[in-house]
Amino acid sequence: MLSAILVMVFLAVLLGSVLGFASVRYKVEGDPLVDKIDAILPQTQCGQCGFPGCKPYATAIASGEADINQCPPGGDEGVRKLAELLGREYKPLNAEHGEEKPKSVAVIDENTCIGCTLCIQACPVDAILGAAKHMHTVIASECTGCELCVEPCPVDCITMQPIAETLSNWKWKYPIIPIRPIATEKQPQ
Amino acid sequence: MRKLAKFNGGVHPPQHKSESNQQAIAGLPLPERLFVPLRQHIGNPAKPLVSVGERVLKGQIIGQPEGYVSAAIHAPTSGKVIAVGPAPVPHPSGLADLCVIIEADGQDEWFTHEPLRYREMDPSAVRNRIRDLGVVGLGGAVFPSFIKLNPGARQKTQTLIINGAECEPYITCDDRLMRERAEDILRGIEIMGYMLHPTEVLIGIEDNKPEAIAAMQAAAARVTFPVEVVAVPTVYPGGGAKQLTRVLTGKEPPAGGRSTDIGVQVFNVATAYSLHRAVHLGEPMLSRIVTVSGNVERPGNYEALIGTPVEHLLTAAGGAKADTARYIMGGPMMGIPLTSPGLPVTKAMNCVIAASEALFPSAPPAMPCIRCGRCAQACPAELQPFELYWHAKSRNFGKTQEYGIFDCIECGCCDYVCPSHIPLVDYYRFAKSEIWAREQEKTAADTARNRHEFRTFRLEREKQERAERLAQKAAGAKTAEAPAETGSDAEAEKAAKKAAIEAALERAKAKKAQVQPQNTDNLPPEKQQEIAEIEARRAKIREMAQQPPDSTGN
Repeated sequence: MLSAILVMVFLAVLLGSVLGFASVRYKVEGDPLVDKIDAILPQTQCGQCGFPGCKPYATAIASGEADINQCPPGGDEGVRKLAELLGREYKPLNAEHGEEKPKSVAVIDENTCIGCTLCIQACPVDAILGAAKHMHTVIASECTGCELCVEPCPVDCITMQPIAETLSNWKWKYPIIPIRPIATEKQPQ
Repeated sequence: MRKLAKFNGGVHPPQHKSESNQQAIAGLPLPERLFVPLRQHIGNPAKPLVSVGERVLKGQIIGQPEGYVSAAIHAPTSGKVIAVGPAPVPHPSGLADLCVIIEADGQDEWFTHEPLRYREMDPSAVRNRIRDLGVVGLGGAVFPSFIKLNPGARQKTQTLIINGAECEPYITCDDRLMRERAEDILRGIEIMGYMLHPTEVLIGIEDNKPEAIAAMQAAAARVTFPVEVVAVPTVYPGGGAKQLTRVLTGKEPPAGGRSTDIGVQVFNVATAYSLHRAVHLGEPMLSRIVTVSGNVERPGNYEALIGTPVEHLLTAAGGAKADTARYIMGGPMMGIPLTSPGLPVTKAMNCVIAASEALFPSAPPAMPCIRCGRCAQACPAELQPFELYWHAKSRNFGKTQEYGIFDCIECGCCDYVCPSHIPLVDYYRFAKSEIWAREQEKTAADTARNRHEFRTFRLEREKQERAERLAQKAAGAKTAEAPAETGSDAEAEKAAKKAAIEAALERAKAKKAQVQPQNTDNLPPEKQQEIAEIEARRAKIREMAQQPPDSTGN
């Protein structure tokens, strides 16, 4: 009886110390799931999901507070990837949060810009260059197309322009096999 | 006799070489206008250096290389620049790209050019000159040659292979070049050998070109450096860099790797010829030899200036026959459709084929894949094309990468043998470009994430700094004017500002008092009197003007 208790106590102490050591030694910094979700999100930082950026949305998905279909820039494919990662059922994009649009960049009409810096303050990725009472301009290569600068402009000089197809970003299209009428026996010659 | 290896598969399409390889390379009359695209090589397009209205001379640099993987573009003849802007270029998309359009003045006046004394120069300076002379690989990939001429890149070059295989049907430009200008090709090879120090130099030519082999052997016998001309069996795609490397050396580049990874460097014969022209004569890459074949009256090879409209070539070849339905740039296996005969010749254009329904009957409708495996037997890259097709079709790009889609050279052997006539290569091209686009999107997303994180951090830091500054200021105000304590930080700041403004006003006043107009000091008294009166009137007017408008009436 006593020996059995001693064995159990010994095992409990041993396993407890192993687990305790492992939890300190192999401590995971941050939440790996949040990072995995964040890697799928398009990093537009547009806030259309209802959260102030992609990382907060990823955290909310991981904690179960938000659904996986709230990211319009990520599109249908983003939802599918999230569903696959989280082992959930795929759902179509929630229309409440907006719809998928072609990628575009913000363009400032430089003749109209009054240099108020409001768009600079709104840009989540610091992609607008300018200073007070000086013309502003968008660094197109850094713009994520989040549209957050459009609303604050007091003179409505910012427009979203879809990215034009050039030789640098042209893609081979999915092969389409043309349907051609062929002569069959039933058809009159 | 060298023991040759074999590569997997390959096909034997009808050659159709004899139509165009019987006549000598012909020159072309100077076209009126030349459309010179600034993107004629892999990598970054060149940056235009000329503006509209400027006169350019033959060989003058008009596009500066941008970034590392790039090459210069030159004016092919003398004339006036009439436009710098988007114009249609030969590309599967049919999109326009930045071109310099030159109106030839017919004088063909050369820009100053002189041979490169490459043996007396630093190798890196030689490579920079080759880059500025616009020499790129003419085998099809148009990769800037100066990069490949760097011996210390990753591994020492043991074998230098000169590719004269020319395996695609219809194309004979390299064949004619080797027959007619073998010595110049060898002079180019000499420069390559000097730059790379290989232990052996091999020239691989398919055995369907006996005249070219004989000409190259005769020229090789006269040079001082060791070089071996090897006849390789005629199998398509025996002219692929990896396939030729396999045949000549028995070695195979690793999956996802290049020939350079196993110490082999491959250049096309036409590249060697252009390198000779660039280095020994100082002439930039201004022209290339283009095969015109298929449904034309006089098929043959023509030395065309870069930027010459294809129509011009077709006219020289006697014009396309009436039943010509479309044009192909490159060979029938790997070529791309030319959307219009008005497109310009580029460095990559080795062949133009006028195609008619009789010569190139359109493929019957595609049937489902029956997994017969004939594509796998034909694939020279030893891939499983039917699996690649399956995954590319269902947009399962991860799987296509697992099956080695990036080792596919898009040779079209699988298309050729497919009994279901499936356009397999189209699917692979689609999958490859989708994967590249995704990769680009991912890098863009990573940049956006970093920038957003930095912005969040910056805002936080600024907030903290502001709070610290205010706290410091408040503490300073407290100690300095302890009795006149205003209480809150905002008021202290206001008081400080006010004091500063007053001090500035004082300073301005003092300055004004100091600087008096000096020319009135030593005037006679009556003049002084007059000035005083004027001053008084002025003061009165000023006073009136300063009165608020509502008090002046009406």
